[in-house]
Amino acid sequence: MNLSSESKQPAKQPDGQRRRLLAGVAGAVSLGSVGGGFSLIELALAKSEDETISSLNRWGLLIDTAKCASGCDACVKGCSTEHNLDGFDRPETDAQWIRKLEVTDRQTGHVSSLPMLCQHCEDPPCVDVCPTGASFRREDGIVLVDKHICIGCRYCVMACPYKARSFVHESLHNQKSYSPRGKGTVESCTLCVHRIDDDRTPACVESCNRDGNGAMVFGDLNDADSQIAQTMRDTPSRQIREDLGLNTGVRYQNL
Amino acid sequence: MSSHFKTLQSKHTGYRIIVILLAAIALVGYGAAHYMELEGHWVTGMNNQVVWGLPHVFAIFLILAASGALNVASISSVFGRSVYKPWSRLSALLAVCLLVGGLIILVLDLGRPERLIVAMTHYNFKSIFAWNIFLYTGFILVVAGYLWTMFERGMNQHSSKVGIFAFAWRFVLTSGTGSIFGFLVARQFYDAAMMVPMFIVLSLVLGTAIFILLSQLLAHWSQQPVLPELLERLVSLLAIFIVLELFLVTVFHFTNLYATEHHGIERFILIDGGMYTFIFWAGQVFLGGVVPAALVFLSTWGRSPQGIKLVAILAIFGAMAQLYVTIIGGQAYPLVLFPGKEVSSTFYDGVVAQYSPSLPELLLGVGGVALAVLLVILATRILPFMPDDRVSRSVS
Ligand code: SF4
Ligand code: SF4
Repeated sequence: MNLSSESKQPAKQPDGQRRRLLAGVAGAVSLGSVGGGFSLIELALAKSEDETISSLNRWGLLIDTAKCASGCDACVKGCSTEHNLDGFDRPETDAQWIRKLEVTDRQTGHVSSLPMLCQHCEDPPCVDVCPTGASFRREDGIVLVDKHICIGCRYCVMACPYKARSFVHESLHNQKSYSPRGKGTVESCTLCVHRIDDDRTPACVESCNRDGNGAMVFGDLNDADSQIAQTMRDTPSRQIREDLGLNTGVRYQNL
Repeated sequence: MSSHFKTLQSKHTGYRIIVILLAAIALVGYGAAHYMELEGHWVTGMNNQVVWGLPHVFAIFLILAASGALNVASISSVFGRSVYKPWSRLSALLAVCLLVGGLIILVLDLGRPERLIVAMTHYNFKSIFAWNIFLYTGFILVVAGYLWTMFERGMNQHSSKVGIFAFAWRFVLTSGTGSIFGFLVARQFYDAAMMVPMFIVLSLVLGTAIFILLSQLLAHWSQQPVLPELLERLVSLLAIFIVLELFLVTVFHFTNLYATEHHGIERFILIDGGMYTFIFWAGQVFLGGVVPAALVFLSTWGRSPQGIKLVAILAIFGAMAQLYVTIIGGQAYPLVLFPGKEVSSTFYDGVVAQYSPSLPELLLGVGGVALAVLLVILATRILPFMPDDRVSRSVS
């Protein structure tokens, strides 16, 4: 089988993004003279063109369950098309990177609907248990599987508290070059790392905005000026299974 | 007391038949694994809910048994009981072979078994799995060294030191195996420190039971019966281990019942888990626990040659049941994402997962066991592992 790995190498960060980042920091220190200050900050923060994945970013999602509608699965469809996740009509073994959950409160009967996917934990149990280091967390918070090193032991599937991982149970065809998958390895949501490295939004978020109810916001949790960081500062949000202390990159509102 | 040893030289037709049978079963097991690899794991009963299935039950069964099988040698060199000494070589041999069988099952069940070399060259030292790779290979080396001190006259004097080292190593090894589960905070059933002591005692049960059965089989072929006193001691030990395990299992469930968050999984295993509940009560507790313990402690027949065999078989059966309930039942119960709420999805959230073991998995598991036993028999043919008459007589 022919596999190429999700690149562990840092991808190029487009100029626009870096400028945004710098602008944010520049704003935060409120510089009088943009010209002189800029070069100082640039000295402090700029990295070479090919080393731009950094812990200065923390990519994440904010999902508003009040907007997310029961029965809507635009995000799931968007993901499935983007990564070619069409299964074999075997629901027990087919992969699911993102799924819709219906959560009913036993006391009140209140029903919430929300998408569940890899939460891109800051302290990911899947990475801790992986014997080979195939499961890894990028500097910018995205948790991935290097499919060249994954031996298919499924320990990470056992360890993930969110059931976010799938094991590929059979041979796959027609894969997307930017989203390699392979029989016998484990996979999960990549947060559309190929799009992020291209300064675009993950497919699920795009689909939710276009065909769904605009319940998902994507952005940099570390960028105080980003919409996601501002909303999270101004309104309450929570992590699922907060008790585990994993500091997830995916947060939920109105849950 | 100096011990004398010999190779197994059997002209029994039973011996030949069994060797051929074991080799055939091992080959079929390999074929089954190959089929699983070619087709992908969808041909097994395993799925995205129950990701570890029957192969893992068999593999962990053998790995635990390996550590426990060293018991006889440990008692002889660590505690200086001479009645065990003639059998310490066989005990160490069993430990190595059972471990090899278990590891082969684990490797063959991987999604990418051909990447074994990757597992040997890429380590994540935070992973208890990676640690276990060292513990297992280390155990094989340590026991091999231990055997060498037993075989080589000039090295005999070091035998008990190496024996103590091996004794310590096997506890670490079994703790490591228990920790594979004990560290899974995500899963309600595994998230417990009790996993480690339960695995340690289970290994003593399994190792002792398997030693009782295999030593008798080999002794029969070499026309060299295992001493009745030794067997009686072993079966008494076995019964003590069984009772200890029953005790630990009781404590485990009681402490779980104490914490509200674990009520769901406890209810599942103890009351309404269908097959898992049945296997727990009927297999693990009753047939595999209470009955063999009662046979030994409450009847004289339990200590007769036939009784001892039955007790050992029941103990193995009970351990298997326990591993099945723990490994499969623990996964079948859904992950709890929202305590106190009901959850549903297209991905089997909130429902008990279906798992029925498939034939290829069973063949792979049984194949690993067959390989382990075959290795033991072949090794006893090549090197003097079996005690010689004179020694047995001098002891009796
Ligand atoms: S949600 Fe699961 S797969 Fe994703 S980072 Fe956390 S533990 Fe890993
Ligand atoms: S299945 Fe792959 S990614 Fe998961 S723990 Fe095993 S080697 Fe690591």
